[in-house]
Amino acid sequence: MIRKRIIPVLQLDGEKLVKTVLFKRKNYVGDPINAVRIFNDLEVDELIILDISINHEIKETLNFKFLKNLASECFMPLSYGGGIKNIIDAEKIFKLGFEKIIVNTSVFENNLLLEELIKHFGSQSIVHSIDVKKNFFNNYNIYIKNGEKKLKIDLFEWLKKVEDLGVGELIITNISKEGTWSGYDNNLIESVSKCMSMPVIANGGCGSIEHIKEIFKNTKVSAAAAGSFFVYQKKGMGVLINYLNKHELKEVLFL
Amino acid sequence: MIIIIDLNLGNVGSIFNMFEKIGVSSKISNRENDILKATKLILPGVGAFDSGIEKIKKNNLINSIENKVLDKSTPILGICLGMQMMLESSEEGKKKGLGWIKGKVTKFTDHNLKIPHMGWNQVRKTKNNKLTNNLLSDSRFYFVHSYFANLKDKKNQILQTEYGENFTSAFNLKNIYGVQFHPEKSHKFGMKLLENFSKI
Repeated sequence: MIRKRIIPVLQLDGEKLVKTVLFKRKNYVGDPINAVRIFNDLEVDELIILDISINHEIKETLNFKFLKNLASECFMPLSYGGGIKNIIDAEKIFKLGFEKIIVNTSVFENNLLLEELIKHFGSQSIVHSIDVKKNFFNNYNIYIKNGEKKLKIDLFEWLKKVEDLGVGELIITNISKEGTWSGYDNNLIESVSKCMSMPVIANGGCGSIEHIKEIFKNTKVSAAAAGSFFVYQKKGMGVLINYLNKHELKEVLFL
Repeated sequence: MIIIIDLNLGNVGSIFNMFEKIGVSSKISNRENDILKATKLILPGVGAFDSGIEKIKKNNLINSIENKVLDKSTPILGICLGMQMMLESSEEGKKKGLGWIKGKVTKFTDHNLKIPHMGWNQVRKTKNNKLTNNLLSDSRFYFVHSYFANLKDKKNQILQTEYGENFTSAFNLKNIYGVQFHPEKSHKFGMKLLENFSKI
């Protein structure tokens, strides 16, 4: 039977590796190529690379050359997100050695993009990332542009739409949890993963092995992603690229 | 030289990278000349069945590939969609497959399963084969697919994987090999398999 996946998320700010807290406060972590190399040696399940520096207002091109260098170090599945606005960008990313692209802001700004991407590259290579925050009434609002812009779209209506379009995978992040080490938003992840037929990746808040264990045990999620937990020793401590060891993997996967 | 056939169907760079890592020379190409001179071929691919078949026919590569595979017995390894295209047809599309292997590509039927089958899964040897020689005991491979190769003749199956049901995750018929998973994305486990293929 298929294993649940545990996925480090690396945030790029140009050619630097950074880590945010609540989508803000970019802290410098180190050299991305070095980090990717270590994650490769640690035989991680998969890697997600997000460029959070790309400004959606200004027409910036993606740093393909740098991404190519990153991809050549990876012998595991690799996803890229950040600034992909059209088929041409997507095709270039795939050619560099990424098998999945992650889209967020651009699909809300261009209604046809998701459909076009799926038609061209197949469902399995299109990952849709959705960032949310709870409002006063305890409902979830969708945010785009790195959490800066709130949308007036109901999360679950939107989910139904992307399910019908045939998106391959979803990454769900609660912005209020990101970088906090306080655990995933289990209720959110449970309510999304139980109503979707495609794999759902939980993101935001992971601070311990227990958090991963909990989300795997209590929800139908297919994968757990984490940033801070895999790039720092502990909360408030220095950089240490790390991953679960064999023993810990067995524990969280209930093997 | 191993030629990785470039059909513009997703990620071919990582196959090249992995061969480079194990010191095997390969080249990504869609030129007839390269294909005709190849010692071995890789037919990669991700995406929809019909668009794959369309691309292999549009680029007019089909004649040179079939000349190599069917007349000259050049070993070929199909990966993911590349493997599926080697069969006669697919539930995913309307176009005819290459038909080198008898069988149809069919969809997973268990509705309780997440589709696509995406992630790391194990394989079980159903037969000894050069491609799967000395695979590491805890081998796991990375899969991303919604359809699988339903072979007419199960004796060509060499690896089997379970996802709701048992399905063929690798096959071999003469010089034709196919794997449903992505060896190029499966760490040292995939590296071993590609190394085996390079030595066939």
